[in-house]
Amino acid sequence: MEAVHGHEHGHDHAHYPGGIMRWITTTNHKDIGTLYLWFSFAMFITGGLLALGIRAELFQPGMQVWRPEFFNQLTTMHGLIMVFGAIMPAFVGFANWQVPMMIGAPDMAFARMNNFSFWLLPPAALLLVVSFFVPGGATGAGWTLYAPLSVQQGMGMDMAIFAVHIMGASSIMGSINIITTILNMRAPGMTLMKMPLFVWTWLITAYLLIAVMPVLAGAVTMLLTDRHFDTHFFNAAGGGDPVLYQHVFWFFGHPEVYIMILPAFGIVSQVLPAFARKPLFGYSSMVYATASIAILSFIVWAHHMFTVGMPAAGQLFFMYATMLIAVPTGVKVFNWIATMWRGSMTFETPMLFSVGFLFVFTMGGFTGLILAITPVDIQLQDTYYVVAHFHYVLVAGSLFAIFSGIYFWLPKWTGHMYDETLGKWHFWLSIIFFNVTFFVMHFLGLAGMPRRVPDYAQQFADFNMIASIGAFGFGLTQLLFFYIVVKCIKGGEKAPAKPWEGADSLEWTLPSPAPYHSFETPPIVK
Amino acid sequence: MQQAHSSYYIPQPSTWPIIGATALLFMGFGAALTMNDLGAGPWLLLVGFAILVYLLFGWFGQVAGESEKGTYNAQVDLSFRWGMSWFIFSEVMFFAAFFGALFYVRILSVPDLGHGASGEFLWPGFTPKWPVSGPGIEETFTPMGAWGIPAINTLILLTSGATVTWAHWGLVKNNRSQLILGLILTIALGLVFLFLQGYEYYHAYHELNLNLTMGAYGATFFMLTGFHGFHVTMGTIMLIVILGRSIAGHFKPEHHFGFEGVAWYWHFVDVVWLLLFVLVYWL
Repeated sequence: MEAVHGHEHGHDHAHYPGGIMRWITTTNHKDIGTLYLWFSFAMFITGGLLALGIRAELFQPGMQVWRPEFFNQLTTMHGLIMVFGAIMPAFVGFANWQVPMMIGAPDMAFARMNNFSFWLLPPAALLLVVSFFVPGGATGAGWTLYAPLSVQQGMGMDMAIFAVHIMGASSIMGSINIITTILNMRAPGMTLMKMPLFVWTWLITAYLLIAVMPVLAGAVTMLLTDRHFDTHFFNAAGGGDPVLYQHVFWFFGHPEVYIMILPAFGIVSQVLPAFARKPLFGYSSMVYATASIAILSFIVWAHHMFTVGMPAAGQLFFMYATMLIAVPTGVKVFNWIATMWRGSMTFETPMLFSVGFLFVFTMGGFTGLILAITPVDIQLQDTYYVVAHFHYVLVAGSLFAIFSGIYFWLPKWTGHMYDETLGKWHFWLSIIFFNVTFFVMHFLGLAGMPRRVPDYAQQFADFNMIASIGAFGFGLTQLLFFYIVVKCIKGGEKAPAKPWEGADSLEWTLPSPAPYHSFETPPIVK
Repeated sequence: MQQAHSSYYIPQPSTWPIIGATALLFMGFGAALTMNDLGAGPWLLLVGFAILVYLLFGWFGQVAGESEKGTYNAQVDLSFRWGMSWFIFSEVMFFAAFFGALFYVRILSVPDLGHGASGEFLWPGFTPKWPVSGPGIEETFTPMGAWGIPAINTLILLTSGATVTWAHWGLVKNNRSQLILGLILTIALGLVFLFLQGYEYYHAYHELNLNLTMGAYGATFFMLTGFHGFHVTMGTIMLIVILGRSIAGHFKPEHHFGFEGVAWYWHFVDVVWLLLFVLVYWL
């Protein structure tokens, strides 16, 4: 069996139009993966600049830099752009590059639709970014777009709603593609329980995306009709309830946070065994733990809403269900540690980021457990403690895993080794500045500093100044990352097919850089 | 399956995706401008919609052509089946959001508004008995009954599910006239459903004073039945397309995913209607 490319029956392999048309019309999973990753980086920088805008205002108490309503726009758009523009597309980029290579498939199942999924993202990003410049500016309702505030905002809110619709369509198509590829295009002998864990985590993530992105579309559609067509979904006068929005949103929102972390688990589960030179400990328990996390994610959403008023039975249910997630997550963390136990470890940059992930993500997990306790959460709701918590899992979790994966697979993608010294600098600067920025936020939150407010009381001044210094350091460090990646693409030491001694999945059997079309004849997996 | 193409088809570079992205770019900005009564909005929306229609014709046309040339082997066929199944699952979840809203207002928010502190101090005199608009809406309306047009429409959609299956049997038996007749009947039933639904909306707006602004009942009623009606419209257009393809001699007894995908979609729309009939109209 051999894959056919167009009508040319597998000949003339690297046939594509020149210049920009290659990227606009491509049906190649590697090209599309590259597009996703660069798009994600552009959005990461955009969202990062917004974050620095926030930290600049919070450097000192009092109002210095922005008008308060613009500050709200900064926090809102920072969240939306980082979640939907930076983190999610980065993982889809990894899925595009890696999933076909790791299961021995010639390409994605629906190669043209794959391109469509990507090219829907720039229009959505344009809607978000341009909304800063329309009358009233961008939406300032917070990335969760809670009613009734979101019902009252200007045109920027509508643009955010349509951006969410378009990004949702992109995610659903991308996920259908990934699921179908994994279920239908595995090489002979590649049974489900032989798949690399990264593939497993993406299978489950894609399922979550298909299940909840339509629910978000429904939520923002109700918002749209409340805004413009006089429905009363979120208005008590018409029998509706603003809390209804929160229920529908978080039914999407909680699976969404696992959508942003499960592929990170997958990357770390590839990297740790490679550099410990041992197989992943407890492979099948990792698979079941991932599936358990996904299933539990559907029954914990109201832990985001403990303060809105809820029967005690509801609070108890959502508190215990949330704590239950610590069990499969704990299985994962212990398995990762057991993988490293007595391994012959080396600490190249991907390993540093994965070990850093393990350490710092677990701290974010612990603060999550603390926040799951209803009476504690009622105290901490909407404080900087929550901000610290989700940046520990999203930056030190998702983003560090993305960095780890980039360094891990850059040799395979570009054919060159990256600069190891600079990579190590990138890691150490990132993890130090990350903690400088976010560790102090725990104290701010415990002391009662509310989030999404541009001014604060005098006693919070020192910690805020530290956090702002850390944020600017973290931001500048990412320019180093950009330099390392560009340098690696342009040249560098030639990478062997398998630069990492302990790596064993299928992509390492291909030459570096991986050929434009790989596994046209599927490998036999024993 | 055709032995000549036993390999997985990976299409050549294509311009359709960027055309589709352009359509949605125009529609996104167009809709945002239109809803805020700003200048060029409707025109942008129109241009975007025109590009989208062009895209659908072109892209699906190309796929149908590739399929008829025998480009898709059994493995590609299975990919389509997985893809369509997951797409329908995503549609189920979309409707689930609105059904969730319906349950929420009926079970939680409306009863809460008539009881306890809200009932006593905020909205005294409000009787939270479904169907109801809401405590702050003075106007009254008559709710839509279940046993008139909706019951007839239930019968129509159920019958159309049978006719599309009958058409499928015709296709499998290679009885082309049964295939074509079955599709024509299905489309006719779909159109009658849409006509009756349109009449029901007219009746609701003009005689029952029931409209989108009628609080909890109006919003959930029109959003659920409206999105369902939109899906029936899409399904009918899809049926018309495969009728045209059937007349043109497309589909073979052993290779006709295009037909089956539409049939699955039609059955899905049917099932959603049954839920609507029971939960929105009847109970």
